[in-house]
Amino acid sequence: MKKLSARRRHPLAALVVLLLALACTGGLYAAFAPASKAQADETAQSLTIEEGKKLYSVGCASCHGTDGQGTSDGPSLVGVGAAAVDFQVGTGRMPAQQPGAQIPRKKVVYSQAEIDQLAAYIASLGAGPAVPTEEKYGDEGADIAKGGELFRTNCAQCHNFTGKGGALTHGKFAPSLEGVDPKHIYEAMQTGPQNMPSFPDTTLSEQNKKDIIAYLNAVNGDETESPGGLELGGLGPVSEGLFAWIFGLGALIAVAVWVAARTAKAKKS
Amino acid sequence: MSTTTTTDPRSRGKASGGEKLADWADGRLGIYSLAKANMRKIFPDHWSFMLGEVCMYSFLIIILTGVYLTLFFHPSMNEVEYHGSYVPLQGQLMSEAYRSTLNISFDVRGGLLIRQIHHWAALVFLAGMFVHMMRVFFTGAFRKPREVNWLFGFLLLVLGMFTGFTGYSLPDDLLSGTGIRFMEGAILSVPIVGTYISFFLFGGEFPGHDFVARFYSIHILLLPGIMLGLMVAHLILVFYHKHTQFAGPGKTNNNVVGMPLLPVYMAKAGGFFFLVFGVIAAISAIATINPIWAMGPYRPDQVSTGAQPDWYMGFSEGLIRVMPGWEINLWGHTLVLGVFVPLVIFPLVLAAIAVYPFIEAWVTGDKREHHILDRPRNAPTRTAFGVAWMTVYFVLLIGGGNDLWATHFHLSINAITWFVRIAFFVGPVIAFIVTKRICLGLQRRDKEKVLHGRESGIIKRLPHGEFIEVHEPLSQEALYTLTAHEQYRPAELGATVDENGVERKATGGQKLRAKLSKAYFGEESQIPKPTVEEYKEITSGHGHH
Repeated sequence: MKKLSARRRHPLAALVVLLLALACTGGLYAAFAPASKAQADETAQSLTIEEGKKLYSVGCASCHGTDGQGTSDGPSLVGVGAAAVDFQVGTGRMPAQQPGAQIPRKKVVYSQAEIDQLAAYIASLGAGPAVPTEEKYGDEGADIAKGGELFRTNCAQCHNFTGKGGALTHGKFAPSLEGVDPKHIYEAMQTGPQNMPSFPDTTLSEQNKKDIIAYLNAVNGDETESPGGLELGGLGPVSEGLFAWIFGLGALIAVAVWVAARTAKAKKS
Repeated sequence: MSTTTTTDPRSRGKASGGEKLADWADGRLGIYSLAKANMRKIFPDHWSFMLGEVCMYSFLIIILTGVYLTLFFHPSMNEVEYHGSYVPLQGQLMSEAYRSTLNISFDVRGGLLIRQIHHWAALVFLAGMFVHMMRVFFTGAFRKPREVNWLFGFLLLVLGMFTGFTGYSLPDDLLSGTGIRFMEGAILSVPIVGTYISFFLFGGEFPGHDFVARFYSIHILLLPGIMLGLMVAHLILVFYHKHTQFAGPGKTNNNVVGMPLLPVYMAKAGGFFFLVFGVIAAISAIATINPIWAMGPYRPDQVSTGAQPDWYMGFSEGLIRVMPGWEINLWGHTLVLGVFVPLVIFPLVLAAIAVYPFIEAWVTGDKREHHILDRPRNAPTRTAFGVAWMTVYFVLLIGGGNDLWATHFHLSINAITWFVRIAFFVGPVIAFIVTKRICLGLQRRDKEKVLHGRESGIIKRLPHGEFIEVHEPLSQEALYTLTAHEQYRPAELGATVDENGVERKATGGQKLRAKLSKAYFGEESQIPKPTVEEYKEITSGHGHH
């Protein structure tokens, strides 16, 4: 003990005590903290975020800033949430090919795992809507007719009656909803990408969103039948008029030419 | 009775059943003289003379299918709940009109096909009338004595537009309701009386409970009734005037060269009816038109993008879409120029083509009858005017579909709107000038062909080494056809001083007429056709130059 007390004024004594105390509390925490699993999750989560940040630095930071704070070329991503990332990157809109009136849908660049990593990183920057689970956008328990009514009230003025898309000002447009993953439609409603207004759960409840998606699946899905024949793009009277002129009147004029050319002629002999 | 016939020495045996029937009918209806006068009526052969037939037959098809549709359609705006076979509308509230249209589409046997035939035939009918009118216009078939028939035809087109529009409005789906709302807006923009007319038409505040029933009787009774009458009058006049024909050897202003009504044209026209019906039915079986089930029921608080009228009303949509949203506010009243100006221009666009024949008749001062058609190139000013008018029409159609042009060609809708605004004024001028130049070029080519013959493609080398292309002289028939048209001389104002030395002042009208006449027929506007002397001089052995 003498030895110890003799060195109690040593310059490094405080440090040693601190280390001991830390080791002690650390050991105690390790001994008493319950969930070893949670700890593993935490690491995985932070690893995902870490990976996401790396992907972000390579693919997104040039426009959205090194920490997602946004630049003159791209908006801030703080608080947009995982759903926005999943929509923008999952539909190929991001990373953008070139600036323009609107960033169009294109081939998806990242794998779903990478998209999840990016989403986790962006979600870690600030709270925002999460990626919806499948039961939220599945057809089960949905009212198609109600969805149709909601669609015509809230969506049709830009996306057309059955979601064939339409024009907006200055080259912007509401894209066609044909072949869009229901998850992405849900996310789009929730986050309001690009020129679209957002419809948070306070505006359109989860059930409403589900109904709308079910309606779209019914009238504009892969298995939708067109009882009247060719849909002609589902664009209304303009494409019908074009068809009537070209194939209706065009065919009739061809027939008229044919009939007029075949006349009763006196035989020459 | 039988004894008298057998003892008659002139008898050729017992009359056949058909003969008896004909005799019976003749005694009561007088069809013999009618048939005698008309059975051998001659019609000339040309495909463009059958465009009117396309219209007549599609009109008949519309009437036939329309009758079928009336059996199932309920023109009522009572609110009902839908429980038919179309799943995505189950339990939705809608008008009875909309529900019955859904039932026609899904639950009535053959209903959807008949509906589609009805609608496709309507689009073809209007397109047919448009092309038929252009044929008559560009060949000058509207000249005396056919001015009245031109007006009948024009009225048929306008009435057809409105019959189509009222029909489009009947199903009371979201698209048609938007169209009616558009119309209501246009009516409201009329100063002073607009609101009254709107309330009168809709029986109160829009949409009210009346317009479907009212439009129904207009659509199935009033307008088609007038149209049927006009069509009969149109045909009677065609019979009375006899058909026009293109110039050619043996064809004069006093004859018609062609085939007799019976049996040739009866067979041709009858067969053509079935061909028209067949083509329209095939289209209706292949392609959807107006899928009202996809539109949903009309509710004034809902609207969809891509809400356009059928093509024949598209130019009015274009007028509204490209007109700047100007308005004037005075003493608490608003004059919505953004809607009212298009409403005023709409009839003017139509009237421009309708009154043209009368303007031309005034300029030429020609009171003679014309039964020989013009080739469009030989009337450059008329042709240029027609093309300019079609340019305006087409530019407005672009305006009416500006959103689809934007999405399908990746353009800015604002740029398209500005294009239409400028092209509405500039386009027809350019089209007029270009068309006139093309016509004059074609006239020159005709002259060249008449005087120097057809280019044969054979290159001949002359003894002194010169290469020339051999021109083959045209046949007499071709020469006649190319030179049969007559050319007007520009009208002169005449002497400004009469024989007594008194100064005679030309009125403004006379001056304008002389000016217009110069523009029509002056040196700049037609190439003098080759004369016999020119032809003789060139073909009398001086070789080809």
